[in-house]
Amino acid sequence: MDSSTRHLAGISRRSWLGVLTIAVLFAAWWIFTTVTGWISPARFPNPSEVKDALVQITTEGYGNGRLHQHILHSLKLVLMGFTVAVAVGVPLGLLMGYSRRAEALINPAFLLLRPIPPLAWIPLAIVWLGLGDAAKILVIFVAAFVPSVINSYTGVRNIDTPVLEAAQMLGIRGFKLVFGVLIPGAFPMIFTGLRLSLQASWTTLVAAELIGALYGLGSILNQGAQDIYPAMILVAMVFVGICGATTTAILGFVEIKAMPWRRQRVA
Amino acid sequence: MMNDHSPWMHNKAVLSLIGLISFFAFWYFAAFAQLIPRQFLPMPHEVLIKLIDLTQTPFAGHVLHEHMASSLQRFVWGFGLAALIGVPLGLLMGWFSWLDDIVSPLFDGLRFIAPVAWVPFAALWFGTGAGGPTLIIFAGAFPPCLINAYRGARGVEVRYTEAASMLGVGNFRTITEVLFPAAVPSIIAGLRIGAGLGWMSLVGAELIASSSGMGYLIVKGQSAIATDIVMAGMLAIGFVGVLIDVALRKLESRLLRHRQ
Repeated sequence: MDSSTRHLAGISRRSWLGVLTIAVLFAAWWIFTTVTGWISPARFPNPSEVKDALVQITTEGYGNGRLHQHILHSLKLVLMGFTVAVAVGVPLGLLMGYSRRAEALINPAFLLLRPIPPLAWIPLAIVWLGLGDAAKILVIFVAAFVPSVINSYTGVRNIDTPVLEAAQMLGIRGFKLVFGVLIPGAFPMIFTGLRLSLQASWTTLVAAELIGALYGLGSILNQGAQDIYPAMILVAMVFVGICGATTTAILGFVEIKAMPWRRQRVA
Repeated sequence: MMNDHSPWMHNKAVLSLIGLISFFAFWYFAAFAQLIPRQFLPMPHEVLIKLIDLTQTPFAGHVLHEHMASSLQRFVWGFGLAALIGVPLGLLMGWFSWLDDIVSPLFDGLRFIAPVAWVPFAALWFGTGAGGPTLIIFAGAFPPCLINAYRGARGVEVRYTEAASMLGVGNFRTITEVLFPAAVPSIIAGLRIGAGLGWMSLVGAELIASSSGMGYLIVKGQSAIATDIVMAGMLAIGFVGVLIDVALRKLESRLLRHRQ
């Protein structure tokens, strides 16, 4: 009872406390950097520098391009790597989840490669494919592939055995089995996998672009670090966060649209 | 399960062996037939030999275990800080809803920034010292530590906390003696995810700005176009990642043993 009343009253308090916290933080940022000067501008930029950096990159450009060009370039690479990884990973996971023989065949090689962190693939990708876009798409693929496979696999494994047995008894196979039984049954887990894949894609992309790239949000970070331009670094970081949050939100929207029966629980 | 003519095809071990053998056979074939030049695709055994060789001959300034030791040292600092701050804060947020209301908006804002995106600031604040990589590992490992402790604390059955408050147990003891024990499985799961992300972020940080460590080793291998060194380094990184996970699972079974 206590927790439910707290929750009801908490809705309004949550919003005003949240706004207040962020306001206090902005005020502290302004005071410490601009008014008292306790934080030196070489360590952390002050608000007006950040505004100038934002204006600079949106109007005249910084590091080979303007902000929207960098964002579109990063977005393009993430979407390409992510899409290929999902298109290969989800079917593979479904297959491994459904067929014990496929699992026995594929799993050992998969287990061998899985512990290697995606970021450790970056040097190998550069040796193989150079500093261009192909190497970045490869490492994004590697990063996004593993969560897609594992979660689709787990999703199929969690389908109740009677459901699978019923499908088998009714002679459902092929196309109908995949789209009528396996995918709907594993849907929530598949989407968990897609969310993790998307996050891993962004992390890997930023790292790969930090190491060497002409365009992209990571290349702004890199250029800003070389020029010792903290305001620009902060702008790039904020946009890395915005891009990650936006694409995750879009994926969440697709999930709700694709699973009408879950809508009430999610909302 | 399904009708099949040859009985040995049912055997899981046989199938696993076939899978592994074909994986390595394909690798050997690609290397042997020079589908990819030898410099870019060494044979599997050459990678293993290189791995052993790296423990004797220094590469990029140190031998393999010295690189590994400096990586592990940073990992212990960053991950330890993330766990020591993230877990208690998560539990507190699960108990005091006002703290939850204050921290959540900040946390949600920072969560989507990829840990490696902190590298430029880490370099600016700490130079190439140990503080930089530690910050990156912290950025990677902190969110799962906090989220899982929070979820664990929120998932505690209300009757336990109600019983505690009825018996006049204070806030501090409710958290340490009711919420914490109940949240242990969730906390350990968070630590395992955090350790994985932290280990990966560390490699990323060392790739970009460092002068020792496993990430530095493989990035130096890359600039020398020594694919065997890169692959040997990846192998060692993956192996230690598994060891860290095994250690955390051991910790979990120890902590949960008293429940049975």
